[in-house]
Amino acid sequence: MASPQMVMYDEEAQQIQAICDRLGREANAKAVLCIDKNGQPFAQSGETSALDVTSLSSLTAGNVAATGGIAKLLSEKEFSGQFHEGEKTNVHISIVAQRIILVVLFDERSSLGLVRLRVRKASDELTRVLDSLAKKAASQNKPSVFAEITDEDIDNLFND
Amino acid sequence: MSFINYSSREINCKIVYYGPGLCGKTTNLQYIYNRTNPEAKGKMISLATETERTLFFDFLPLSLGEIRGFKTRFHLYTVPGQVFYDASRKLILKGVDGVVFVADSQIERMEANIESLDNLRTNLAEQGYSLDKIPYVVQYNKRDLPNAAPVEELRQLLNPTTVPEFTAVASTGEGVFDTLKAVAKLVLTELKRGG
Repeated sequence: MASPQMVMYDEEAQQIQAICDRLGREANAKAVLCIDKNGQPFAQSGETSALDVTSLSSLTAGNVAATGGIAKLLSEKEFSGQFHEGEKTNVHISIVAQRIILVVLFDERSSLGLVRLRVRKASDELTRVLDSLAKKAASQNKPSVFAEITDEDIDNLFND
Repeated sequence: MSFINYSSREINCKIVYYGPGLCGKTTNLQYIYNRTNPEAKGKMISLATETERTLFFDFLPLSLGEIRGFKTRFHLYTVPGQVFYDASRKLILKGVDGVVFVADSQIERMEANIESLDNLRTNLAEQGYSLDKIPYVVQYNKRDLPNAAPVEELRQLLNPTTVPEFTAVASTGEGVFDTLKAVAKLVLTELKRGG
């Protein structure tokens, strides 16, 4: 396979969740999402119950991928951040450690300057967690649960 | 690149439907969307032009149920088939776990099929993948049309390595779920092997 499989463990999931919660509070944000570059959400904080997080994650990843494509054409490494201004909700999107996408939704209770400032701090913290996660994933043997999957287990998924 | 989340006990995989313009990739996803229970699917997103041609991608999240206590989620994507959207196709292939090549069975689309398959091979190679190694199935779509080429001919041109193949009429759903099940099984089998 071309890229290593992404894994998430309890310990790092809790650390990432705590960083997202704090970022949401300190930035006065409506919601914070952490998404992998393929569009899989893995942490969310704030007012997310009314959001279609799956769709939002996929579209954000598509958007980031397209922007990355533009950067490449312009011989830029990447555009590390994006900002979309709406009437009620604004979206700040940034790439953390070239691996994950951090999305902050905010309204008039906050400002772009404050969000940028808090995102920078959260990005540094997330980078440390992601580095430790990558080391842990690389050092662990293949998860036994998947080796134990039988053909029957797979077939059972498709029994209508 | 599948994403295994031990914290939320989820396996997430990405399947991409590839093929020439108007071969029926979006129609495959629409049929799956229409025939799947609401609790097993998310919203289907189509980023299309005003004339309903795929501009960037279609996206459909599906839950297949649990396997050894892990929820299995498949994210289905289509690429834009038109030749000039090649940059977008490359982006969508990033992190792919399994590919469905949807061929248009019509004789006059044979060249477009071959061109698209070559393009798939090239774009996968650019990402470091080999079409001969990743989970991959072929679907011969539009079998109901009078100008459909014989399957044997399609196989020779489009499936020389004889990966699992399916005949289909995506507009009526024939062969659509068989194709999806086959590629999903291959993806999970690959995961089991530690790929």
